[in-house]
Amino acid sequence: MLVLDGLCAGYHGLQILHELDLRVEAGEIVALVGANGAGKTTALRAISGVVSSSSGSISFDGQRADGVRTAELVRRGLVQVPEERALFGPLTVEENLRMGGWTQKGPDVSTSLTEVFELFPILEERRRQAAETLSGGQQQMLAIGRALMARPKLLMLDEPSTGLSPKLTWSVLEAVRTIRDRGVAVLLVEQNAAQALRMADRAYVLESGSCVLSGPGPELAEDDRVRSAYLGL
Amino acid sequence: MTDPTREHGAPPLDRGTVSTEEPPQTTQLTTPAPGGRRRAVAVRVAAVVAIAVVALGLAYWRTGNEVVVTQAVLTGLMIGGVYGLVAMGLTLIFGVLDIVNFAHGAFLAVALYITVEMVGRFGAHPYLALLVSVPLMFLLGAAVQRFILSGAMGKPLENQLLITLGLALLIDNGLLLFYGPNPQSARLPNDTGINVFGAVVTVGRLLAFAVALVLAGLLYLLLQRTRLGTAIRAVAANDSGAQMVGIDTRRIYMATFAIGTACAGAAGVLVAPLVTIEPTTGELFNIVAFVVVVLGGMGNVVGALVGGLLIGLTEQLGALYLPGQSPLLSVFIVFVLVLFLRPQGLFGRAA
Repeated sequence: MLVLDGLCAGYHGLQILHELDLRVEAGEIVALVGANGAGKTTALRAISGVVSSSSGSISFDGQRADGVRTAELVRRGLVQVPEERALFGPLTVEENLRMGGWTQKGPDVSTSLTEVFELFPILEERRRQAAETLSGGQQQMLAIGRALMARPKLLMLDEPSTGLSPKLTWSVLEAVRTIRDRGVAVLLVEQNAAQALRMADRAYVLESGSCVLSGPGPELAEDDRVRSAYLGL
Repeated sequence: MTDPTREHGAPPLDRGTVSTEEPPQTTQLTTPAPGGRRRAVAVRVAAVVAIAVVALGLAYWRTGNEVVVTQAVLTGLMIGGVYGLVAMGLTLIFGVLDIVNFAHGAFLAVALYITVEMVGRFGAHPYLALLVSVPLMFLLGAAVQRFILSGAMGKPLENQLLITLGLALLIDNGLLLFYGPNPQSARLPNDTGINVFGAVVTVGRLLAFAVALVLAGLLYLLLQRTRLGTAIRAVAANDSGAQMVGIDTRRIYMATFAIGTACAGAAGVLVAPLVTIEPTTGELFNIVAFVVVVLGGMGNVVGALVGGLLIGLTEQLGALYLPGQSPLLSVFIVFVLVLFLRPQGLFGRAA
């Protein structure tokens, strides 16, 4: 579904990604792990068109996806949840969600809204409340919910556990699994590598902007090199 | 996540990350009760009302004539509604595009001259000019944003500031070139006065006030109730978030600037019969609108309307306290006080 082929990208002439190859197939959770500064977030930004690539190619759903504007990618079903969440603070929970369905038709928005409320009942309880008054965990749920409103084929999550307690991290990751089971492919970037690897169908380990290891998630979680370098075991 | 004590294969309840600000999701404590915010607003409203009562008392004590005070209050509120409309456009543009638009008053001046033309050439009723001015200024705003300002988006604030200031000079002098410096007028035909509590209000002022309030209400509904309005607020709240949900932010910027300029276009027509029309008349409104925007809280559309009414009152009551002085004097005294005491404005949130 998503194919990165020899992707190079960076900021202001500083190259961060070096010939990154990566694939995400329909219906799988793929984890992208690695130390700080390994290029995980840059990879997501390059895919969603925020950072432009200098060489290599990105294709999504059989179509070229590099050099395409973010809004168009969202329309095609490639949606990102950024690490900073980027919610519309003064808008209500429901308004945030409805804006998430900006690219969708009216009736679809109502259907998606029901589905999101099913997944995160707390959001329905708080639907008339301003997003900025939610707790950190609820905000993360809202960010994911807002992305789901665009009916994505592939959902990209950047560090969804940032600032959350272990218990909340677990429930957010549990929701990610539910989303996958509903047929949405997930590309998950996590600092919290142990948990991400355990739940991922496949995983890539990044180091200095290129992939040094890849394979089934649980297998990588047992790999000695990964354990010593990233899990601190 | 370095945690040497952890064994591999631990249950999913990982304690890799340390809980920072997050209470368990079942507690409701993190949510400030909506009542708290309402109370804060109520306190501010009470303060404003208290100041207004004191101001009225002082005015009565100074003049010893209640009809004069009533007259000042009515005239102040009438013109204040129009100030509010001008400021709503300005504050909307600031809130969404982060542009301090110095050309706002010049746009208003263009609308003044559109009214002059409509009355002079076609003998139309001045307020019929709304039908021409509002769409025309909407288009002008869209064009200015698209072709002149869009290149400066995301650049330092001075760039946009200089561009809009240059644009204001260009428009003012363009008007001077075409119409000359002589004052023009666009009087309402047989404008009669109505007696309200002993004071006299002309139908023209009353109409200007009523139409300004209706337009302000429509703008509010547009922002709160429509999809476009929600998107405008979303872009104002977080433009990168807006891009991520697929909103074309460039279009929203253009639409917002156009709507803001249309507000100036409407206000220009509404005040045309009430003022002497010169190329620099717009600048006067610009200055007042800036004070109103700061008073109401930068980017706060409802605050701008309330601020407009307050500044209208200030101007008229100030003329009673300080007879013979420019009405702008009291406006600036209030402005300086607001900057000292409550720089985020009456209804703004502390940054």
